[in-house]
Amino acid sequence: MHRRMRESSSRKILTDLSLRERQKENMNIASPGSFAWVRTLALICGVILTAGPAAAVGDLEKDELKFGFIKLTDCAPLVIAKELGFFEEEGLFVTLEAQANWKILLDRVISGELDGAHMLSGQPIGATIGIGTQAHVVTPFSMDLNGNGITVSNEIWDQMKANEPSLASDKPPHPISADSLAPIVEEYKELGTPLRMGMVFPVSTHNYELRYWLAASGISPGFYTPNDTTGMTDADVLLSVTPPPQMPATLDQGTIQGYCVGEPWNQQAVFKGIGVPVVTNYEIWKNNPEKVFGMTAEFVEENPNTAIAITKALIRAGQWLDDSTENRVKAVKILARPEYVGADEEVIANSMTGTFEFERGDKREMPDFNVFFRYYATYPYYSDAIWFLTQMRRWGQIPEEKTDEWYHETAKKVYRPDVYRKAAAELVAAGQLDAVDVPETDGYKPPTLEFIDGLPYDGRKPNAYLSSFAIGNQSGTAVAPE
Amino acid sequence: MKEKIIRSMETVGLGLFVPVVRLATWEEPGEQIQVLARNLGVPLLAILVFCAGWSALAASVETSIGSVPGPAAVWAEAGNLVVDHQQERGKEAAFYERMEKMKARYASEGKKWKDRKYAGKPTYFDQILTSLKTVFAGFLVASLIAVPLGVVCGLSPRFYEAMNPLIQIFKPVSPLAWLPIVMILVSALYTTKDPYFEKSFVSSAITVALCSLWPTLVNTALGVASVDRDHLNVARVLRLSWPATVFKIVIPSALPLIFTGLRLSLGVGWMVLIAAEMLAQNPGLGKFVWDMFQNGSSQTLAQIMVAVFTVGLIGFALDRLMLTLQGFVSFGNEARA
Repeated sequence: MHRRMRESSSRKILTDLSLRERQKENMNIASPGSFAWVRTLALICGVILTAGPAAAVGDLEKDELKFGFIKLTDCAPLVIAKELGFFEEEGLFVTLEAQANWKILLDRVISGELDGAHMLSGQPIGATIGIGTQAHVVTPFSMDLNGNGITVSNEIWDQMKANEPSLASDKPPHPISADSLAPIVEEYKELGTPLRMGMVFPVSTHNYELRYWLAASGISPGFYTPNDTTGMTDADVLLSVTPPPQMPATLDQGTIQGYCVGEPWNQQAVFKGIGVPVVTNYEIWKNNPEKVFGMTAEFVEENPNTAIAITKALIRAGQWLDDSTENRVKAVKILARPEYVGADEEVIANSMTGTFEFERGDKREMPDFNVFFRYYATYPYYSDAIWFLTQMRRWGQIPEEKTDEWYHETAKKVYRPDVYRKAAAELVAAGQLDAVDVPETDGYKPPTLEFIDGLPYDGRKPNAYLSSFAIGNQSGTAVAPE
Repeated sequence: MKEKIIRSMETVGLGLFVPVVRLATWEEPGEQIQVLARNLGVPLLAILVFCAGWSALAASVETSIGSVPGPAAVWAEAGNLVVDHQQERGKEAAFYERMEKMKARYASEGKKWKDRKYAGKPTYFDQILTSLKTVFAGFLVASLIAVPLGVVCGLSPRFYEAMNPLIQIFKPVSPLAWLPIVMILVSALYTTKDPYFEKSFVSSAITVALCSLWPTLVNTALGVASVDRDHLNVARVLRLSWPATVFKIVIPSALPLIFTGLRLSLGVGWMVLIAAEMLAQNPGLGKFVWDMFQNGSSQTLAQIMVAVFTVGLIGFALDRLMLTLQGFVSFGNEARA
């Protein structure tokens, strides 16, 4: 019996030894399953050790960033996010750099010199479909609604008052359509020197709003054709690109007779006595999308957590801006610094704190002239992108007809509500955002009638919308005739 | 001792102030005062008359940005820029202090720390420094291309005939015409993920180089071509090798003209830089002017004038610097303009 026990124990020792040998072999081969727990523990440690000052969702891939902006008051969310430390709280160290003009800003984002920028809503769309420089640019954040105005020179205003006596009163009825401008346009055309107006960029909201306003009164603002990239074919009024800071000077000189631009350039014209704002884009299309925060698709793909963190900081900045008039006043002080917008404080305050001055002395209450957060202003709606696409088609920047599906697909390529929702979810979890401020939507706003000419817009039916215009490429035609 | 001081002042180009030194040591005071009155007094009087005229005219012109600022307003604005610079430095110091505190906290909690750079705006003096760095970078590139090319042009008349049409066509091209091409090429070719030099810096430096290499090229060619025949004959007699001829005889003879070319190039480069920076977005003086213009505030004109004077004074200083260097390599009697 002892021998058997000794035998069995020695067999056990043998088997123990061979088990250990087998374990050693396993360690050398490092099979996938064996040390998973070590890897998970390492990952958790890594996340804790490298977590930034706030509760980040994951590691930030890139935390030193450079953003560009143009000196307009609606760069406010970017400036506030930096100056009030919202970026820093997300672990981002951001440099803001003013750019010379919209073209350079877009080129620098595409080339990677800027990680992201304050952009016109049309820029990511135009770039992605190839109007101008071609590059896939996306946006997860809408920076503001409204904020533009159309200003005309003093001479034109006097002639408009002559055509429409109600404009000559102290408080003319608003909104002022281009009806009183139409006879002036005819006159200038007959003299051989058509009226000239300025806007800031071929795919800018200003271009489309100015064209909409003119076309609503039967004035043709010109078409883009494959041969004509300046958009002046068949035009009653010639529209050209002018950088915002040069607009008051060119208006004064008479090179242009009017312009559509953001603030502070309309109020500047009023303060310097060189022009009169006649209508704001709030009156052309109530609560229209204006600027977005754009990044290249590549950047968002390679740095998803960074993109979410950026969006979080910007949402908080937008919320702060619309929180109270007091905050707006503080924002005006910051924006008046020469490294940001730089214009005089009172000029900026005129439009940012709930009013807008038309003719000198005619200051009206307009609390929604700039909207940074209310009415879900920060959410990137597909229907907004589709409106710009329809206008690009209407005026010929998109030379052929496209199916409704094309519009929907293109909007989905450019606007990224998925990033927005992730950012909003984190903010809600951290108690920095109310759940009610995040819209329940499939990306399409309900059909709206709030345009100056009363035409209904339904983002789900872009081609039908195109057919409803008197002036513009209709769906079913190729290109406007020469 | 005094003579040493006087000689070094003259070498540096401060010959105007030599009578002051002589006056301090009471050497012929009468004559020194006369010389001073003539050399310093007259220019100073002219400057005062200019300032008075400017003051008078400024008040009478109203522009769409406000009235044209006079000398007092411009001086005040220069003061503002200095104060602004100091405030920004203060903010930077506060930032680093905050970072130090966080670093200590992270260290005590055993977490990893990454050093951050302050992400504030560049102040006026930072911008001046950036402009100087860019102009010297461009100037260096231009000299490295132009001097060897000029030497070859000077030594070989056939080569010069070949190059001449190209030189004549490209010489008058303005920097603003080169800039878009340079910017597009730099975007396409300079695509490292984490570049040492900013693309805007590279674009500006290359534009400066393209515009400023022509004076050096032409003057070098001229200098080399006008080397004394006798010197070259000596080289032949001694059977000097070709590199020895070039480096021991040709270049030293041509140095005065080469330096004239370099001096002109630096002047042109400085002018071109300001224009290039406005569009290339290099954070220097050109960008300062353009950004202030875009502000359209009531201080805009004064700020731009401060920039104009700064550009002028720095250009003057650079010119004096090159003149001094030229003096070192010339044989004492070269013309000073």
